[in-house]
Parts: sequence; structure tokens; C-alpha cells
Amino acid sequence: MARKISMKQAINEALDQEMARDPSVICMGEDIVGGAGGEGERDAWGGVLGVTKGLYAKHGDRLMDTPLSESAYIGAAIGAAACGMRPVAELMFIDFMGVCFDQIFNQAAKFKYMFGGKAETPVVIRAMVGAGFRAAAQHSQMLTPLFTHIPGIKVVCPSTPYDTKGLLIQAIRDNDPVIFCEHKNLYGFEGEVPEASYAIPFGEANVVRDGRDATVVAYGLMVHRALEAAASLAKEGIEIEIVDLRTLSPIDMDTVLDSVTKTGRLVCVDEANPRCSIAADVSAQVAMRAFGALKAGIEMVTPPHVPVPFSPPLEDLYIPSAAQVAAAVRKTLKGGRH
Amino acid sequence: MAGNPFPLSKAELLKAYRTMRTIREFEERLHVDFGRGDIPGFVHLYAGEEAAAAGIMIHLGDGDRIASTHRGHGHCIAKGVDVGEMMLEIYGKKGGSCNGKGGSMHIADLSKGMMGANGILGAGAPLVCGAALAAKYRKKGEVAISFVGDGASNQGTFLESLNLAAVWNLPAIFVVENNGYAESTSRDYGVAVDSYVDRAAGFGLPGITVDGTDFFAVYEAAGEIIRRAREGGGPSLLECKMVRFHGHFEGDAQTYRGPGELDDIRANHDCLKKFAAQVTAAGVISADELAPIDREALAVVEDAVARAKAAPLPTVADLTTDVYVSY
Repeated sequence: MARKISMKQAINEALDQEMARDPSVICMGEDIVGGAGGEGERDAWGGVLGVTKGLYAKHGDRLMDTPLSESAYIGAAIGAAACGMRPVAELMFIDFMGVCFDQIFNQAAKFKYMFGGKAETPVVIRAMVGAGFRAAAQHSQMLTPLFTHIPGIKVVCPSTPYDTKGLLIQAIRDNDPVIFCEHKNLYGFEGEVPEASYAIPFGEANVVRDGRDATVVAYGLMVHRALEAAASLAKEGIEIEIVDLRTLSPIDMDTVLDSVTKTGRLVCVDEANPRCSIAADVSAQVAMRAFGALKAGIEMVTPPHVPVPFSPPLEDLYIPSAAQVAAAVRKTLKGGRH
Repeated sequence: MAGNPFPLSKAELLKAYRTMRTIREFEERLHVDFGRGDIPGFVHLYAGEEAAAAGIMIHLGDGDRIASTHRGHGHCIAKGVDVGEMMLEIYGKKGGSCNGKGGSMHIADLSKGMMGANGILGAGAPLVCGAALAAKYRKKGEVAISFVGDGASNQGTFLESLNLAAVWNLPAIFVVENNGYAESTSRDYGVAVDSYVDRAAGFGLPGITVDGTDFFAVYEAAGEIIRRAREGGGPSLLECKMVRFHGHFEGDAQTYRGPGELDDIRANHDCLKKFAAQVTAAGVISADELAPIDREALAVVEDAVARAKAAPLPTVADLTTDVYVSY
């Protein structure tokens, strides 16, 4: 049995192993080392939540603290990628993409196509996503649908330490720009992770639970909500199948369609706001491509279409709960075509 | 014949003139063809500004990177991008620099160190920080140069990049091509400081302003700051004061210009005329030696247009290719 480590440690280990393997891998971001230019400890922080702590001692100046200047350093990571490096830039909170989005969606995403296939931009942009930290509207969003909408970039959002390590290693080795979404409420979540290096291919969803009665599609923290719901539903004799998308672009619709064909019922769970969400996208694709297999209307479980609130009871109401997932499953089981 | 007073050999002078003349012929021909409706989309012409592209790029090799602007044809030609492929691209044809997927505003050739013209003003500056960072890791003495106009010099991306390049001591150079207008708005309306040297100083960079219509002034200033960057001396800003022969884009009636302004620009601030006068007055090159270059540059452009017009258009098979390396 492999040892258990946290998702945070899995990220650190993936970065460490890839930096050791490939000298073109460099890391940059705000306080990813910490203490630059000061008289105190170097590697004071290792990132705002300590994810990159300890890497400076092993890899030195290949980890670069940046000024608070997202447009410049995210753009620099993209420019360096177009010039032969494999930069991993940390955007800290994905909410900050608002100040550097041009570099992501008009530059990195477009180079390959706009330059007639002659450019490659193997950059990884890591960012924390998700609510639950009482961090309010500008530090708690998912925003995964915004990136998924844009052709030319790939979007990853793992749910376990095992997937995190393998998908981050794949992201670094991948020759396209990747937005790597790390759910801040899963950083402490522990799971079995092999010490050896391994890559998980993009576009391969993971069926984390087999079931005959309904398909629940989720990603990130919502996979755990779905698993909680599955435990309570099982007591009622309802067995749900849970598909963890793992990567949102590319997306593995084949696994979703196979599961829906088997169960005939679909519940899409998404922590992103509902309009134009991953849940809406999966629902639309299933409705188009597997309408005949559906025995009932598709259900979506998402937050309301509001910003993430601060006050703890409001934030708890905002984030989709296991009870909401279970209720949606029961609803789809009651509905039906005869 | 007197000795050569210039810092370039006669062959280098002729090469510089050929570069500038090729850009001029290319742009003036596009002006005509666009007016005839032959060219789709937006076209922004570099005519009048050739001395800056030629005077800077003559110092560079393929390993040195540049990021250009929406007004990028001159930078492309001076950086060695194939003129025929450029014309195919601007006509939206297969075989163009970007296989017809980029057009005038996105011509790129990374094999020549040309990281792309850019439709987003100021977007090239952060990319150049990254190119300069990569150069720093490679330790081959390469540099990276960002071009912006006076308009985009107000973009946050540009200003943030000046700071990042300074704090990381990058081999990056920021060229402000000040042609007096941000689209239709005068430079003095949009930029509060009188001199870009002051703006550079505010970010801890050395800056220099030159007459961008004087090839030799550009050549000497660029040579000095490029040498310094290659030797690890860090980034600089170079302002080239220049003139734009045409509008912001083709189709611009330019009613914002003063009376007689365009006539004055063409008569008294033409960088090609200046260059020819300088080299002939010094007795280094005769008018008879320049004339064949004029004819050859024209022929190169005419051939490029003829081939572009005859070339096939992209097809449905091209629509969905080259989005990702793998997907």
C-alpha cells in the first residue's frame, strides 16, 4: 500500500520530481518562495498556503518570487514557454485572473492556431479555486467554465491527491497551455500516492463509484459531496454511479455517455455558478447525444447564480451539499417517461 | 571617394536600405490593394517608420526575440520573415506565415525570433519578459525586444513589464514607437510626461529618445542598449520619435491631422529620403547604386502579390486543425 499524503504534498512532490527531471521546468509566482530581498528567512512561505515550501532548497533560483504583477509574470511565463521553457506559474487565487486574463485567453490560448500551428506554449498556470474559506466573493470562485470555454487551453481540476500528482505531472509535460485548478478545501485531504513519478492522461474521466440507478457527474470538491450523498442513498437502496471528470478540457464525454446509457438518469454537480457551467455543458451534450437513453429529466446541482458570500451560514448555503445531491437523485428517480 | 564615416560597412548600409525600401514598397502596395477591396480585415501600415525597424533589427540574430504590435509588417520584414509568406497571409491564403489563420495582425515566425504581431495593444511586453527570462537561462547573450506605440505605452501590461524586467534584470528592451498618434488621439493628450526617458526612470530603467526617422540615430542608440543587455547590464527603454504616413488603419480619413501635416511628413520627414541623402552626401553610396535596390524591392513585392492572388484559399479541412498540440 502506498503511503498517504495530502493534496498539498502531492503538488509539491510533482513539482519537485518534474524540476529534477527537466531543467527547462521553472516555477514563478507571488511568494512561492517567500522572503525575497528581505533580511529574514528565504523560503519563508513557500506559497501563501505553503504548497511550494522546501522546493527552493532543492532547486534554488528556478523558483522565482514575482512582484505583485500578474499581467507581467503570467505573460512572462507564457512568453518563456513560447521560447523553449516549461514554466509553472502560480496565480494564487483563480479570481486574480481578471487582471491577467488577456495573456491567458488572447495570447497563450491563441498562439498555436493563430500562428498556423507553428507555436507551442507548454505553460502551466496553477491556481486555487473554490469556496469554503470564508474568503468572500473575490477569493472563492471556481471560474472553471470560463477557461473551459476557450479553445487552445486545457483545464484540470482534480479531486484526490493521487490524481493531483499524476495530472500535474502530465500538465507540466503537456505541450499545450494548462490551467491547473486546485481546490483550496482539498489541500489537506489525504490519500494514497505512490512515491514514484507517474502521469495521468488528460481526457480520461474516473468512475469513482459504480451504480445502476443514476449517474452523478462531478469534479473537484463536488466529487466528495457526491460520495457523501451516495452513502446516504445506499441506505435507501439507491446506488448511484459517480463520474469524476478530472479534466474539463478535454472532457471525457464517452465515459459520461456510457454511464448514462446504463443508468438512464443524470445529475450534474458543479461548484461553479449555474449559467454556462460545466454542469450545463454536460447536460446539453447528454441531451443531444443520449436523449433516447434518458428515463427522466436531467438535474443540475449548483450554487445559486450569485457571488460567493462571506458570512459563514450564507457561504454554507451557497456551496452545493451532499443533501442537495441526494435530493436531486431522488427527484430524477421519481421523474420518468413511461 | 572619401572614407566611410558611418559605423556600418557599405554592404551593411545597402542591406539596411534594402530592408527599408522593401517595407515601404510592401506597405504602399497594401495601401493600394486594400483600397481596391482585395484584402480582408484590418490593415495597419508601417510606412514612414522603417528606420526604427531596420536600425534596431540589424543588431539581432534569429536567437533574439521580438514581440511586435498591430502595426507589425515592418518588424516582420526587418526580422527576416519571408515576404512572400507574409503577403499570402495578409491575403488569407494557404501557405501564408500562419496558414491564413492569423492575417495582418498576427504574423509570426518563431524560427526567426518573431513572436508575433499582436492585436492586443501592450500584450507583447510581458511575453518579451518571458523571452528575456528564457534567454537568461540559456546564457547565450540573447536579448528580447518589445515594440509598443505611444498609445500602448499607457497599458498596464507595458508598465508592469518595465518593472518586472528591471527587478529581474532581464535582457529586455522596450521600444516605444512614438508616431504622435494613438489611433486618432494625439500622443500629448494620452501621455502626461514629456519624455519617455522620465517614464523609464520612474521604473528604474535607463531610457533614451532618438529621432526615429534617422536610421543612424536609431542604429547607434539601439546598438548601445542591446550590447548592454547582452552583457547582463539589464533592460532599457528606447523611444523613437517617428511619423506615420498612413492612418491608424486603412480606411482612416485622418481628419484629426492638421492642415498640410501629411504633405510635410512625406516631404521633410521621410526616413528613406534621409538615409539616401546621408549616404550619397558622404560619397559612400551613389544614387545609381540605390536605384537597382528600389527596382528589386518593387519586384519582390509585385511577385509576392501575384503569387498571393493566385494561391488557393484555406478549406474546411483547415478550420479545426492546429488548436492544440494534442487533444
